[in-house]
Amino acid sequence: MADTGLSRNTNTAGPMEVRFRGGGFAPKSRRWVGVLVFVVLIALIQWGTESGWISALTLPKPTDVLATFGELWQSGLLFKHLQPSLTRLAVGAAIGASAGIAIGILIGLFSYVRAGLVPLVAAIFPIPKIALLPLFVIWFGIDEGSKYALIAFGTFTPTVVATYGAVDNVDRSLIRMGQSFGLSWLSIVRKIVLPGAMPGILSGLRISLAIAIILLVAAEMLGAEYGIGAYILEAGALYDLERLFAGVVILSLLGVIVSASIGMIERRVLGWRT
Amino acid sequence: MDIRLESVSHHYGETEVLRDISLDIPAGQIVCLVGPSGCGKSTLLRFIGGLERPSSGRVLQLGEAPEGCLNPLTFVFQDFALLPWRSVCGNVSLVLEDHGIRGNRAKAIIEDVLTRTKLSDFADALPKQLSGGMKQRVAIARALAVNPAVMLMDEPLSALDSQTRELLMDDLVSLWNRQPFTAVYVTHNLAEAVRLGHTIVVLSRRPGKIREIVTIDTPIEDRRPGDPVCQRKHDLLWDLMREEARAADEELIDG
Ligand SMILES: Nc1ncnc2c1ncn2[C@@H]1O[C@H](COP(=O)(O)OP(=O)(O)OP(=O)(O)O)[C@@H](O)[C@H]1O
Ligand SMILES: [Mg+2]
Repeated sequence: MADTGLSRNTNTAGPMEVRFRGGGFAPKSRRWVGVLVFVVLIALIQWGTESGWISALTLPKPTDVLATFGELWQSGLLFKHLQPSLTRLAVGAAIGASAGIAIGILIGLFSYVRAGLVPLVAAIFPIPKIALLPLFVIWFGIDEGSKYALIAFGTFTPTVVATYGAVDNVDRSLIRMGQSFGLSWLSIVRKIVLPGAMPGILSGLRISLAIAIILLVAAEMLGAEYGIGAYILEAGALYDLERLFAGVVILSLLGVIVSASIGMIERRVLGWRT
Repeated sequence: MDIRLESVSHHYGETEVLRDISLDIPAGQIVCLVGPSGCGKSTLLRFIGGLERPSSGRVLQLGEAPEGCLNPLTFVFQDFALLPWRSVCGNVSLVLEDHGIRGNRAKAIIEDVLTRTKLSDFADALPKQLSGGMKQRVAIARALAVNPAVMLMDEPLSALDSQTRELLMDDLVSLWNRQPFTAVYVTHNLAEAVRLGHTIVVLSRRPGKIREIVTIDTPIEDRRPGDPVCQRKHDLLWDLMREEARAADEELIDG
């Protein structure tokens, strides 16, 4: 091959560095990019609303939203709204996620449970949980009970599906290894299946917790005096865009915080991944 | 403790994998299994280790496992099978915890096996930080920790480069010299078989039958590369394997 006329021709081009093509597909920490996207977007809206090509009816001025937010903070109303919301979120998501992980693991481990529950979960999953809110009110009362139930129910199904998928994906050869060393069933589950399923369970939680935040607002739209959802609903009814957006920003921040904390847990617990 | 296979045969669905295998594995000896790819070597090893059951025939254990033996039939897997979330030390202690060995007793055993496999400096490393050869040594250390009566090794060195393989073979020879263990050693590599095997069992192409049993009387610590006896055995095995491979090829062409 080296002696063909063709390669001799290309040789005259002299040495050339091999083109690097191995980049990408390996997520790196580039946190400032996310911040930059937000800053640019907000600056654009601010400029648009001030110069007038975004009408005041379409979007509020970011500075006005910030001012509303400041008022909310100073009047102490922020915490009055935030505290019940966070409690509902924590209680509901904790119930839903832990039940989901437990049932998901049972489905992953026992064929009978799988045969019995997978169709049921598939049937429950596509129901918009918000549609069941009136039912929950009758079952669990108009107070906190129905709100916890709605959030718990909404987080439950995606967690179940993610968890049993994660258990199914645990490396069979590791389980074989456990059996070949005579480990007890419980040891295999605790020391091999659960840690092996952890990555899948955590990425499932990301989705479940975002759904929990969505449902939090839905739950508070019905019979809640305080709460971010109630606040947004009231602002919307009055077409008070500044307050509406202040509420939306709080929800977004909540989403970012939840996602960041799961990222932190992943870095701590899943440091063994290559 | 000896192992005896009594006319073991096996089918996976329609495919016949193993046919009428009878074999004795005497205590304190290394039996190598060689044969063409797909002839059922790994399957046979799983039967011996009790991870699967043959369609017919029996695998017998003759005599009691010696005192202090935690897991009589212990595998060393080709793909290492280390828990990636546990350190080297944790991977070894995994197999001790279930036998109620914790604390200082576990520490003593772990220290001993890591020294024997030259891993003492890496006790706290995670598998992702180790090279292939080191991972395989961890797998061997883990197997040694349960003091096995029989080691079942499925191509333990085939994922490694030839230098590392040589080194690990020397390690296995010196481990065996210190304390003779029984082993069934599956390999594709005839040099490994001639170096480590007291007995070498040649299986035919699928369905696997015993084609030939070759014994080498030279003590394994005295075997050197280029040793005439070993070289003759190696050539004999080579011819047997080549015949099998050619026959398998012809079958494909005819079929
Ligand atoms: N779980 C299984 N289900 C169905 N067929 C199987 C299964 N395991 C192995 N086989 C088949 O049995 C045959 C023997 O497989 P086995 O893995 O024992 O071969 P082997 O001798 O170890 O091959 P190699 O040298 O390539 O590792 C193969 O044809 C394989 O396709
Ligand atoms: Mg194999």
